[in-house]
Amino acid sequence: MYVYDEYDHAIIQDRVKQYRDQTRRYFEGKLSEEEFLPLRLQNGLYVQRMAPMLRVAVPYGMLASKQIRKLAEIARKYDKGYAHFSTRQNLQFNWPELADVPDILQELADVEMHAVQTSGNCIRNTTTDQFAGVCTGEVEDPRPYCEIIRQWSTFHPEFAFLPRKFKIAVNANTESDRSATDVHDISLHLVKNAEGKTGFRVVVGGGLGRTPIIGSAIRDYLPAEDLLTYLEAIIRVYNQKGNRLNKYKARIKILVKALTPAKFAELVEEEWSHIKDSDSKLTPELLEKMKSYFTEPAYEALEDNSPEFEAKLAESKGFANWVNRNVAQHKKPGYAIATLSIKRPGHAPGDVTDVQLDKIADLADQYSFGEARTTHEQNIVLADVKKSDLFAVWEAAKEAGFATPNLGLLTDMICCPGGDYCALANAKSIPVADEIMRRFDDLDYLHDLGDLDLNISGCMNACGHHHVGNIGILGVDKKGEEFYQISLGGDSGKLNTTAIGKILGPSFKRDEVVDVLDKILNIYVENRQEDELFIDTFKRIGMEVFKERVYAKAN
Amino acid sequence: MPKLIKNRAIVEDDFVLVTTIEEGADAPEGNVILPVQYYLDNRDALASRDNVAVWLESDQPAELLNDIHQEVAFIAVNFPKFADGRGYSYARLIRERMNYTGELRAIGDVLLDQLHFMARCGFDSFAVREDTDIEEALTGFEAFRYSYQAANDNPSPLFRKRLG
Ligand code: HEM
Ligand code: SF4
Repeated sequence: MYVYDEYDHAIIQDRVKQYRDQTRRYFEGKLSEEEFLPLRLQNGLYVQRMAPMLRVAVPYGMLASKQIRKLAEIARKYDKGYAHFSTRQNLQFNWPELADVPDILQELADVEMHAVQTSGNCIRNTTTDQFAGVCTGEVEDPRPYCEIIRQWSTFHPEFAFLPRKFKIAVNANTESDRSATDVHDISLHLVKNAEGKTGFRVVVGGGLGRTPIIGSAIRDYLPAEDLLTYLEAIIRVYNQKGNRLNKYKARIKILVKALTPAKFAELVEEEWSHIKDSDSKLTPELLEKMKSYFTEPAYEALEDNSPEFEAKLAESKGFANWVNRNVAQHKKPGYAIATLSIKRPGHAPGDVTDVQLDKIADLADQYSFGEARTTHEQNIVLADVKKSDLFAVWEAAKEAGFATPNLGLLTDMICCPGGDYCALANAKSIPVADEIMRRFDDLDYLHDLGDLDLNISGCMNACGHHHVGNIGILGVDKKGEEFYQISLGGDSGKLNTTAIGKILGPSFKRDEVVDVLDKILNIYVENRQEDELFIDTFKRIGMEVFKERVYAKAN
Repeated sequence: MPKLIKNRAIVEDDFVLVTTIEEGADAPEGNVILPVQYYLDNRDALASRDNVAVWLESDQPAELLNDIHQEVAFIAVNFPKFADGRGYSYARLIRERMNYTGELRAIGDVLLDQLHFMARCGFDSFAVREDTDIEEALTGFEAFRYSYQAANDNPSPLFRKRLG
């Protein structure tokens, strides 16, 4: 994991000091509401329905146990004992006081954390695969590149006031895409060229929101050393040419579409030709140095098969279910990747309590080299658990309430805060998630349905990624009343299959949603062939079948 | 006379910003900052004056300055709103692409909290917004001791320094 040096410390300390001063000037009336707004946003501070919301950056999802304990402490001291994992691997506090935020930032800085660029029209926290560095099928560990991008983009003087927020994601896996990479402003896919040298396929102009678009490749291979200069060229073109008059047209996806990807690429290449050999070109030494922060922990040399583990599997169906669902293959023999599911009835997806956070920190210390990771699906990963320890982890997780064996299943849904917290919402989303979790609580049925992404957003801003859910639920407003639109066929899990869902038809009242969902699932179950997943059945039989049945008049 | 921050000091601003000029009208006498398009349209008539600067609007491409930056008194870039960040890229292009070494002034919605970023992109003079406390604004340059990335103030990113 990346460890701050004196420079990182100085930069973050200076930031805390600067923000403390900005807050003071705001309270003294020297900064207007309007002037303070972008400054607080650059520190992750929204003002929401109930209170301010502070979004803390978790660069590429990595957390050390002492950081997790600090987050628990902040939840206790400054919030109501809760925190919330977001789809961008970050963490949100929903109840801090404006006046306390400088102190919170100071406490975060003490453990090498911050809220820099978690909001506002700047380059946001770069996200990646939560299994980076430990999974199979990886070209190379993407995290060193994420950290290089983090540093470069932090307080980038030219790009602090872009037309819109700007998101970069990195994927290195050739088998899967766990970070919905191609719906980001820039997505970088690690690849090797014919000589075996690492580089990137560069995709631009993806995004969700009002106009969901899948990004277009503008370069099949960019040498790794050219990463920063090329990013700089892309964003410089966007900064100058992006639409600044209409915020809904201000994203790079609209510019790329308007110009065509080919023309956009041409402008980028022209810009890049002037700066590609500048000092911002990465050196082999830097790449090596960054990689040294993400080297393997002290793994033991183990047999892949652990007799204790096998015995427990045979003994306990509950454990076997959990392993089946929530545990993934590790690249090292004898190790496994365990995901703690933060989804359970009565709690908003992604919500964790201070007690749970402390528990996660304990588990990380005890079983996973003191580290944990956040996922864009709002869960937590212990990436390096010995198979022989899995049973103990499961028991502890069960006790703490995050061992639901539902990873990737219907109830492992992504859900935004919606109308309960968010001032922009058209409809509530947490109660919908809750009703679904309560109705579909039969694990055997859920397992039988298999992998199925259900994503819920409370408005078209799409914080809940509803467009890329196999089933998407979107809160819409109809003459001041809450309605829900359902879409089918969205996809984000695999490489090159990213798809935007299609709308099923007219929207539904809240009390109809669960029944409609039930119908959709039944249609799938009746039509599927053998082990076919929902998304594949949908692709094969098409929308009409679903449409007809769901909207058929009861008689 | 209004005040200005130039090279980190407060000085009198002895140039007058001309926001609009009617077509065909003559440029005012004295020290003036003219719209860049007006300057381009009347370049011959203005060439003999040494007290004419130009300003670029944020929706005009910096390339308009390509041929004229050597002959004007200085260049100003307008920030119609502080949230309009195009001027940051223009500043870098004017400095780094055109190799412009004269005065580069930020005008418009120029506030304390932008000064650090503006200075890093190549601005050396700042007509801070009238209601800004100009003395206090000077502290804006001291926000950060270090920066990660290269910019106009320092073409070498921090990683080079760290590697020694
Ligand atoms: C309650 C506070 C929140 C507010 C006010 C808020 C606001 C917004 C807005 C306005 C957008 C749309 C920007 C655009 O045009 O792309 C957006 C997008 C997004 N938000 Fe939120 N959001 C909130 C909470 C969250 C949470 C909790 C998550 C994660 C669970 C989240 C994740 C996202 C993501 C991933 C997008 C990007 C969609 C895209 O790719 O375009 N947001 N948010
Ligand atoms: S999708 Fe809409 S309702 Fe949900 S958090 Fe985002 S802005 Fe708020």
